[in-house]
Amino acid sequence: MSDRTASDPTRAQPVLEIHGAALRRDGRELWAGLDLTVEPGELIAVLGPSGSGKTTLLRAILGLEDLSEGTVSVSGKPVRRSGNRSIGYLPQTRPLPRDTALRGRDLVALGVNGHRFGLPVTRRRDRERVDALVSAVGADNFADRPVGVLSGGEQQRLRVGQALADDPQLLLCDEPLTSLDLANQQGVVKLIDSHRRTGAAVLLVTHDINPVLGKVDRILYIANGRFTLGKPKDVLTSPVLTDLYGAPVFVLRAGDRLVVVGAPDAEASHHHHDHEGHA
Amino acid sequence: MTWDDVGDAMFGGLPVYGEILALVQNSVWAGAILGLVGGLIGVFVLQRDMAFAVHGISELSFAGAAAALLIGADVVTGSIFGSIIAAALIGWLGSRARDRNSIIGVLMPFGLGLGILFLALYDGRSANRFSLLTGQIVSVQSSQLTWLIAIAAVVLVALLLIWRPLRFDSLDPQSAAARGVPTVGISLAFMLLLGLTVAVAVHIIGALLVMALLVTPAAAAVRVATGALAVPLLAAAFGVVSAVGGILLAVAGTLPVSPYITTISFAIYLVCRIIGARRGRVVRADAAPRTQPPVSAHG
Repeated sequence: MSDRTASDPTRAQPVLEIHGAALRRDGRELWAGLDLTVEPGELIAVLGPSGSGKTTLLRAILGLEDLSEGTVSVSGKPVRRSGNRSIGYLPQTRPLPRDTALRGRDLVALGVNGHRFGLPVTRRRDRERVDALVSAVGADNFADRPVGVLSGGEQQRLRVGQALADDPQLLLCDEPLTSLDLANQQGVVKLIDSHRRTGAAVLLVTHDINPVLGKVDRILYIANGRFTLGKPKDVLTSPVLTDLYGAPVFVLRAGDRLVVVGAPDAEASHHHHDHEGHA
Repeated sequence: MTWDDVGDAMFGGLPVYGEILALVQNSVWAGAILGLVGGLIGVFVLQRDMAFAVHGISELSFAGAAAALLIGADVVTGSIFGSIIAAALIGWLGSRARDRNSIIGVLMPFGLGLGILFLALYDGRSANRFSLLTGQIVSVQSSQLTWLIAIAAVVLVALLLIWRPLRFDSLDPQSAAARGVPTVGISLAFMLLLGLTVAVAVHIIGALLVMALLVTPAAAAVRVATGALAVPLLAAAFGVVSAVGGILLAVAGTLPVSPYITTISFAIYLVCRIIGARRGRVVRADAAPRTQPPVSAHG
């Protein structure tokens, strides 16, 4: 990482800078001393067992949750207030219920003008932006159908469209591939990757590295109150993960796929997720 | 009671219908705007899963109105007091759906009990007592009617102004918060508007029947439409037809208004459910994979 942070006047400003971040919840330290600098065009995967504070890290970057220590700046500006429209966010969600009163297109429109107060009149510029986003995520064929009848993959494409509404320089994705089949996983990864190629940085929380392994620049692996940051080939090895977990962990290669065996999942903190959605 | 009596109760006023209509003109206006606001706010009531909260608020609104009746204060003011207190309590203590339902379950019988106590202590005209529970818009004084119309109009404007952030927060609170929607403020504002709407509805249709105008029209609309514009427009239209239709039918006879409103609104819901069920089959058939060969009869 040191080679990336060397001062160089021609280098673009980092999209995300985290310094000395620590997270403690209920008297338990989830991690501390986290420094992370993310450059434009970088894709960083955040791995780790459930309950290791991955979602909270994303929410802290958005200003929705406070870190116990440390600072976060996005595009050079410190995070202060809650919510930030210059960041694209794909929260971890369940598919929408069948009777949701929305068409696919409306789901994308929430990202374009859903935050705006005032009489709900759709401007022409907004409508054109929604059309462009719908095309960009390949949703033209199903954008006019009710979201409730769309498949998980189709809904996720629309959510990506919603998150890209303001062409964000930073995209935060929380388990964007869960419960998608292989073809849809690849489709969604392709969308995220092509946005990254426009110069945006991506932070992607996932429990399965394989669908994104070929695209990832660096991995932030959080476990056991500690973390490791580095290139995939340096982090995803048996010695590194064994050291991180403090228990024997094996990284096996099966063709171009990786399997992590023996990593103890923090089952005790599983309930954490159930409390996050507010009604 | 013979069929003649029934006919008389329902249509006895027909010969003088024009004159009756002139007398109840303001009631029709009040019904129309409540139907409109009720249909619109109902869309959010469904999206936020708060149908039970509507019922809970209306019982405390009833208690507030009954208290006002007892101490000789203005009944509309009393119902607003009750509504706002209930809405604030539910909004404050029940931000999660599970907590909310148990809090409403606790508040509701207490409110209803208080209301019954106040009515029992009240020794004025007995017609007033019943009308808070089951509604009788045509007996509301015209000064109060003006108030009800004004409150509903304020709610309508406020609802339109917060429409998009409220919708975002109702459908996807996490993304809404991430995009800077003030979700706590929006939730509280919604509870306030809901409380005011319920207070108006208590006088028009009665505390026990508020849901017929705040839940049923929207529930019917989502059966047949899915668009961001189509659902609220249909819900509002259903609300207006139920409220205005109910009043216009009721004043032709001597029966109360509320059963007409609840029946019309229920009938609309039934029709929408049937239409929606038919269309749902078509959509599902449409969504089924087409690559499969047709299954032969002996399969």
